[in-house]
Amino acid sequence: MSDRQMDGDKPSEHDEDVTLLRVPVSLDYDYSAGVSASRFLRGIEQGKLLGQRCPVDGRVYFPSRGSCPQHAVTFGDETVDLSDKGTIVTFSIVRVPSANIPLELPYIAVNVVLDGADTILMHVLDANPEDVHMGMRVQAVWKPREEWTTSTANILYFRAIDEPDADYDQYKEHI
Amino acid sequence: MRDVAVVGFEQSPCVRREQNRNEVEVLVPVLRALREQTGVAGADCDFICSGSSDYLAGQSFAFVSGLDAVGAWPPVSESHVEMDGAWALYEAWVKIQMGQAETALVYGFGKPSMGDLPMTMALQLDPYCVMPLWPDAISMAGLQARHCLDAGVLTEREMAAAAARDRRHAMQNSNAQLRWDRSVDEILAEPYLANPLRKSDCAPISDGASAILLAAGDRAREICERPAWIRGIEHICEPIDLGVRDLGRSRSTQIAAEKAGVGSGKIDVAELSAPFTHQEILVERALGLSLDSSSQTVVNPSGGALAGNPLMAVGLSRIGECASRIFSGEADRGVAHATSGPCLQQNLICVLEGE
Repeated sequence: MSDRQMDGDKPSEHDEDVTLLRVPVSLDYDYSAGVSASRFLRGIEQGKLLGQRCPVDGRVYFPSRGSCPQHAVTFGDETVDLSDKGTIVTFSIVRVPSANIPLELPYIAVNVVLDGADTILMHVLDANPEDVHMGMRVQAVWKPREEWTTSTANILYFRAIDEPDADYDQYKEHI
Repeated sequence: MRDVAVVGFEQSPCVRREQNRNEVEVLVPVLRALREQTGVAGADCDFICSGSSDYLAGQSFAFVSGLDAVGAWPPVSESHVEMDGAWALYEAWVKIQMGQAETALVYGFGKPSMGDLPMTMALQLDPYCVMPLWPDAISMAGLQARHCLDAGVLTEREMAAAAARDRRHAMQNSNAQLRWDRSVDEILAEPYLANPLRKSDCAPISDGASAILLAAGDRAREICERPAWIRGIEHICEPIDLGVRDLGRSRSTQIAAEKAGVGSGKIDVAELSAPFTHQEILVERALGLSLDSSSQTVVNPSGGALAGNPLMAVGLSRIGECASRIFSGEADRGVAHATSGPCLQQNLICVLEGE
């Protein structure tokens, strides 16, 4: 209680309960992506899709986080160049807008396993919702080269290519 | 009570800023070194517990990626505390006491350099009446130090002596960040940073990680030639409101020390995690460690938190530094301290013994 209140200051302005307190919190961070993610981002800046191979079981991680989350071993500096073609393993037709996705509804969210990779990439597919299906062969559509930055957004979206569907056995472990 | 021991310890060097590596990339070589030291892989442990803070990382659930360094497949039994790894060790110790594990991997990691640490620390305060004022951690500690001086609890010269001792000890520790030999008078000649604190009164901001392996009974003896047995471990918390605490002493440290049995034998080595010199003195006193040079206790042979302060790992490292001196036979009995919250709010005490 303040001295003023104790001195018998007019009570009216102190009587009301405080029911709302605004406390804006903002902290700035100088974030480093890390050695491995930086290598991946420098690659995509040049239009390259770089994965890394686990020395224990040979699986190719894309993007790589620098170590194998299954075997706890580091990948080192070697990278694997991956194709920008791949196979859709799962998908979802999105009919609700989202603040950070500037696409017209409905759009198709897809999990793609790139040729040569053993992990999935989440992206979007430009296609008629009636046509999308598991095993569908797709390829990345890139932004114009002069707009490339250190971002996976260099790939605008995936679109279907004229290839026969992949065998279920080839991608079943990613479902 | 089951006999549980620290049987391995590894740490990264404490550095002002890990420029390129992310947290997991700092952690991976530490866990690999621990595996080589002990012959036990993290993923083969019955329980895994980590300490880190999403506020330091600046992203939610950042600790989950730490499991990349463990190799958590097939699934492992795992937990996390949003605290220093010393509290993760406490949880793992409880798990072993309950008979649910024989071995446990404990690790702590943090990169405070990514943010503005003294301001980030303001977010641990009372969110209604104190935090909105954004009191930074150094100013808060400065208020406590000023109280200690005004109350005649300690002197600036004693604070400078603690600053000098820890950095001089750290000259023998290649993992420490601040390693130098300066006189008390040189330190007292420094300008104030947050009156009465000088720069040398403050722990550095450090990025880093550390890890410990715990094991029970004979399993501990298999892994380590001379395990550091946990004979007492306790943590006590005081209220967060500074106005209701006696800031001129560390009552929670004192109670934890009594419960952990610090006084029931000689203490060869004490490793303290106090990030400011006046706090280190308060902790020393609460532990009942004699301050004169005739004392048998070596305080902070590693340099303590004042020489290297990787937040979320620094307390765990104190347990590890203490244990490693028992592994080597350099010490038979030691005490390690970890702290959490503003101005020594919560303190953990761990008593370690060799056989």
